[in-house]
Amino acid sequence: MITRIKYTLAAPAIALLAAVIFSSVVLLATGVSPIEAFSNMAEYGSRGVTLVAVLNRSIPFFISGIAVAIGFKMNLFNIGVEGQYILAAIVAAKVGSSVDLPAPLQITLILVTAMTVGALWSGLAGVMKTSRGVHEVISTIMLNAIAVAGVTAFLLRRWSVDGGSQSLETKLPEISESGWFPVLFTVDNGRVGLSSFIFVAIVVGVVFHFFVERTRWGYDLRATGISATSAESSGVNPKRTVILAMVLSGAIAGLVGMSELLTFEHNYNLRFVQGIGFTGIAVALLGRNNLAGIAVSAFVFAWLDVASGVLEVRGDAPRAVVGLMTGVVILAAVIAYAVMERKRAEEELRTASEAIEEVST
Amino acid sequence: MTSTEAETQGRFNLKKSRSVRFTLIGVAGVFLLAITQELAKNPTSDITSSGTWSIAVAWSIPILMAGLGGIFSERAGVVNIGLEGMMIVGTWAGAVGTILVDPWFGLVLAAAAGALGGLIMAVATVSFQVDHIIAGVAINVLAVATRYGSDLFFPSHGGSITQSPTLTAPASFDVPLLGTMFRSIEDKEWLFFSDLAGILGGFVIHTTWFTLFLIALVPFSTWLLWKTAFGLRLRSAGEHPVAADSLGVNVYKYKYYGVVISGALAGVGGGFLSVVLTGIYKEGQTVGKGFIGLATMLFGNYHPVGTAGGALLFGFAETLRLRDPAAPHGLILGIAIVLGLALLYYIIKRNWKRVTVVGRTRLRLR
Repeated sequence: MITRIKYTLAAPAIALLAAVIFSSVVLLATGVSPIEAFSNMAEYGSRGVTLVAVLNRSIPFFISGIAVAIGFKMNLFNIGVEGQYILAAIVAAKVGSSVDLPAPLQITLILVTAMTVGALWSGLAGVMKTSRGVHEVISTIMLNAIAVAGVTAFLLRRWSVDGGSQSLETKLPEISESGWFPVLFTVDNGRVGLSSFIFVAIVVGVVFHFFVERTRWGYDLRATGISATSAESSGVNPKRTVILAMVLSGAIAGLVGMSELLTFEHNYNLRFVQGIGFTGIAVALLGRNNLAGIAVSAFVFAWLDVASGVLEVRGDAPRAVVGLMTGVVILAAVIAYAVMERKRAEEELRTASEAIEEVST
Repeated sequence: MTSTEAETQGRFNLKKSRSVRFTLIGVAGVFLLAITQELAKNPTSDITSSGTWSIAVAWSIPILMAGLGGIFSERAGVVNIGLEGMMIVGTWAGAVGTILVDPWFGLVLAAAAGALGGLIMAVATVSFQVDHIIAGVAINVLAVATRYGSDLFFPSHGGSITQSPTLTAPASFDVPLLGTMFRSIEDKEWLFFSDLAGILGGFVIHTTWFTLFLIALVPFSTWLLWKTAFGLRLRSAGEHPVAADSLGVNVYKYKYYGVVISGALAGVGGGFLSVVLTGIYKEGQTVGKGFIGLATMLFGNYHPVGTAGGALLFGFAETLRLRDPAAPHGLILGIAIVLGLALLYYIIKRNWKRVTVVGRTRLRLR
């Protein structure tokens, strides 16, 4: 148990360390003092205002990470979270602005719409995999392209308030106020507030954990992930499990954009946040697909994202250095996990053989 | 001995039937376009003119390069999702090299940058045995960090943080003899033959040395992979590493070769996109061409010639978007993608065995 914890914690620590060292080298090579840059980031990043902004940011990161992790649990790689959440957001925004129900109904309607759209879009990839054997990586990448560049662009023009003029202000009508999520408290004279959507994120996390670790379907999922053949021979229906995993992953992906949409933006517009689906992959990878890991890594990535703003403001270094760090963190993390996994297996083997020797002598 | 003979025999037959099939598909495709053109009779929709096709050929090159890159890596047994990232690095390095020296140096630098991406990928997947797809995704994320390089380099050279200044475009020309010949046949307006001349003319009219050189990589890679000892070793390292190892092939070394070549090709494709095609580096200008290249590789069943056909299809779709701004852009691209997908699983289904042999990776995520 202790070895297990040791190796689980060692890998992300190594990854973060590698990222800090590597980006320090790059900063030094380009004539920037890394100590100054990092201490500025740390100073800015520990302020209350920043922390609230970081929490807001980590909500979609966390949900996106959970969506990816469901697939990972059974070795399915849903790269399509990006397309799923953007498509879900625009349809949910349309539905939310078309009807005006009492708050609980309105919110339920919007969230269910988003989840359904996400589930249907990822379900497509699931059906293609089970019926035709298309690898989900390829199909979800393509579905991303279709969703983002095709369907969403088309719907945005079709549903926009000014009837399809191509200005930067193109947006959908505002969602009825009963569908808004309030901010819990504000800091810095009401400039930044914490989104109450954080409760939805917590519920999603807990349900995910319970589902995967404590239910029959979750067990099927994990069993298929460890060994598809033995799971099948013990009675798991592989096709149904694939579809189930894709649909669940897509449903949760549908919620990714909701925090931004229902708390801050209140309408879908051209500036709607993109790229969270890809960050979700990084979050799930660094967090090892478990609840606590995903929560921590969502916070880490959100912190890097928000705190990097100070670099640009103060002119210390280009903000892009954080992109560099993120990349190195992921690459170093996957390598470190692969190495640690092998080390752990070796050590287990050694302790086992030692134990056997002790017994036999 | 007998097994070698059988293999040669099998390879020969397979190749023969394949080239016959490709020719038939090609002729049918040209005929279809010729008929469409005849029916449309619309001067703006010149779908078989050499002008349209020279653009289509040029726009298919980046996709083709990514596809060829995919073949080298896949044949060596590594699934390379990182092509997109290597391409992004290539677009950036190409622009930098062009500003510093000239377009040729730009493309060389693009290849080197892509190869570096390939090397990182190889270290992760071959030496550390990280899951191929995860390593590829990590490479793609890492490639976004080229923004840091842009930030340092372009503003001081007349560009901005997200784009380079306009690059000096390499000179374009018509290939002598062939160019005039195709042009004259095209002007005759014979059904089918003029259309065919227009399409073939697209390869030699208004072209650049870069375009011709990169097109030549298609027969070259076919030769390299199937007619040389190097190619045989590389393919054996991917198809059956244990057997290859027992025969004295250094499997790791050949996997490294495959992935690094793959990166260099994707990098050149990116460099071509920024230096030759658009004459400017812009952040995010690859818009998933690396992934499309991966799809064309599957479309072409891991063979350079088929991949070139697939790349031309996507290049053509892109051209329609560029030439006819009234057309609903996304939709055309969408249809092309859907078509590509449909063909993709037809092929995967038919050649499932081959595909699983070549792309033998199991996702190990837990």
